[in-house]
Amino acid sequence: MYKIINKKNLVKNIDRFYIKAPLIAKKARAGQFVVIRINENGERIPLTISDYDRNKGIISLVSMRVGKTTALLSSLKKGDAIMDIVGPLGNASEIKNFGRVICVGGGVGIAPIFPIARELKKAGNYIISIIGARSKGLLILKKSMEQTSDELYICSDDGSIGYHGFVSGFLKQYLEENTGSKAGKNITIARVIAIGPALMMASAAEVTKPFNIKTIVSLNSIMLDGTGMCGSCRVEVGGKTKFVCVDGPEFDAHDVNFDLLLSRQKVYCSHEKECMGIYEKQCKLR
Amino acid sequence: MTKKKSSKKHKVEKILRVAMPEQNPKGRIKNFDEVNLGYKQKDALLEASRCLQCKNPKCMEGCPAEIDIKSFIGLIQKEKFDEALEKIRECNSLPAVCGRVCPQEDQCEKTCILGIKDKPVAIGNLERFVADREREREARGIQKCAWSEVTKKCTKERVAVVGSGPAGLTCGAELARLGYQVTIFEALHKPGGVLVYGIPEFRLPKEIVKKEIEYLKHLGVKLEVNMVIGKTLTIDELFDKGFKVVFISTGAGLPYFMNIPGENLNGVYSANEYLTRSNLMKAYKFPECDTPIIRGERVAVIGGGNVALDSARTAKRLGAEHVYLIYRRSEKEMPARDEEIEHARAEGIEFNLLANPVEILGKDGWVNKIRCVRMKLGEPDDSGRRRPIPIKGSEFNIKVDVVIMAIGQGPNPVLTSTIPKLKLNKSGNIKADIETGKTNVKGVFAGGDIVTGVATVILAIGAGKKAAAVIDEYIRTGVW
Repeated sequence: MYKIINKKNLVKNIDRFYIKAPLIAKKARAGQFVVIRINENGERIPLTISDYDRNKGIISLVSMRVGKTTALLSSLKKGDAIMDIVGPLGNASEIKNFGRVICVGGGVGIAPIFPIARELKKAGNYIISIIGARSKGLLILKKSMEQTSDELYICSDDGSIGYHGFVSGFLKQYLEENTGSKAGKNITIARVIAIGPALMMASAAEVTKPFNIKTIVSLNSIMLDGTGMCGSCRVEVGGKTKFVCVDGPEFDAHDVNFDLLLSRQKVYCSHEKECMGIYEKQCKLR
Repeated sequence: MTKKKSSKKHKVEKILRVAMPEQNPKGRIKNFDEVNLGYKQKDALLEASRCLQCKNPKCMEGCPAEIDIKSFIGLIQKEKFDEALEKIRECNSLPAVCGRVCPQEDQCEKTCILGIKDKPVAIGNLERFVADREREREARGIQKCAWSEVTKKCTKERVAVVGSGPAGLTCGAELARLGYQVTIFEALHKPGGVLVYGIPEFRLPKEIVKKEIEYLKHLGVKLEVNMVIGKTLTIDELFDKGFKVVFISTGAGLPYFMNIPGENLNGVYSANEYLTRSNLMKAYKFPECDTPIIRGERVAVIGGGNVALDSARTAKRLGAEHVYLIYRRSEKEMPARDEEIEHARAEGIEFNLLANPVEILGKDGWVNKIRCVRMKLGEPDDSGRRRPIPIKGSEFNIKVDVVIMAIGQGPNPVLTSTIPKLKLNKSGNIKADIETGKTNVKGVFAGGDIVTGVATVILAIGAGKKAAAVIDEYIRTGVW
């Protein structure tokens, strides 16, 4: 059992959990994930490690309520425990001094982008962060991102805060204004790292391609064991089948077949609805 | 070669091999309960009475775990069931498992003297009987297992076992018996490896695996789940923590695909995923259990081994109207056990032999057809089996909504990639001595599928056993 040391509700349907898991905390690096199972009948789901405290033996996970498992997770309180957590899984982000790096985080994707931005900053990079949410009230980790970024830009789909539009829209504008022949400035962006919903990452990839900027995305496919055993998470990268859990989760965005990723993410849509429906009914009965 | 002993015929009336009672096929395809029901005591006594108690028993030569088969059957004949079980456990800590999933027909029963002229003694069924008897009597409160509440104290050096499948469990049990402090590390949330994620409930109920593992705990073995060695802890860290030896038995946990178009469509599974969802995660109980699985109406399973048959029979139980087993050779070459093939046929699995998929077709991201080509058999290949050759122009389509690839598994590189000094062969299996389990790294042993490639439970048990003896010697002498 893995005890929840603390829980913070970040925005309406996104929570942050601080969980005692000393062995994982000791090993965790930015970009890696864990697989959790809440109870005996529960499913296994991957969650990115959004932070770790090696000394205290605590990892932090950020989860958005979308289906039954995340709703169940959200119902847990400080002092409760999660039955199984395994990790850290997947490959860590490449941390080097690249120069200027743009970190793009969309929605709950800001949680995994944060430790990457922080580690890149520590490695000497100049960090330009672009984060966004549907509206002002749904934006998470603004302060943390502020502290770790040299420049921070905020976007919202409804215009309630910052740039009115998607992060990919702002990214395009930023690149047009700051790099390339038309911009008049000669700023080199060494790489872009974009994490968020699959559609957002696909758009970001499309935006950076004409600028020829190396772009990394962290894919969020369906997983089961998370150790390369099942192939549930397979994606197509550069025309080859890859397993997100062991070959990723980060890949070169310009090689990723996002259509396939989006399609495969929907495999269990009807199952999820059915499961959630039953769960909500049970919650009402209580 | 044949011995002249036919003059010494049984005087008694010939007793026929007692058939294993089983659930009837019509009923069983609607549930996940065990197909084989096991012997009653009278069945076991009758079957045991067939054993000739040979002076030079051949059966034991056929057992990779070197179980004293003659003695345990002799004890059954005397109705000393507990002693019979103890006799098996001297050599094999997983009798209820082996009694069910060992291919006895290719091992102990193949060499049984009775088998020359008659059907061999049903050694597996008898092994299963004594193991089940103990568990059932305890469950019904008739008799407490002598061991159930005692945990033996182990005081010798510490040994780490990586992977809790048959090889790891056996090696751990053997070493604990010798007094070593054994910890078995498991990556999944439940111990048992392929016994819990791979082999379905209807062939090996999970309660049985759980009980065998409880027995190991009684021997003093410690189990730690959710530990991915190579990630959570490395091999070097295990040595730093004071483990004297590490035994790697991580199995064959990397699914192979065919690399044909359409394999990433929704509805295409590796057998590993399909079975893990159904067995380990209990997706057959969805939505009572949260893990989903696609219940296809028309399912194609590709392959001819036990894993393929397990997948096909699982699909049937999940409600598929048609389950096609597509295999590129003929039934004779199928690596699956005869019993599994019989069971599958009885359950209405449709065998489409001498056929091989060339493409998976889909619509809107989902599978809807599989395109295959007819095959014919040519000259024998390296495996001794006749090589399948595609017949040009013989392509045909089958309408399906789920495809399960059961064409084999390879070694999972998560662990081996984190210890570069460990020598691997071309296919990524660990290079270890088959007899001793020794690798090129001092103190690191390996056994089971991670060394041999996909094999059987009992071969993994044999490897675990052999390695345990060598590990004991290595720790005592320090000689590598």
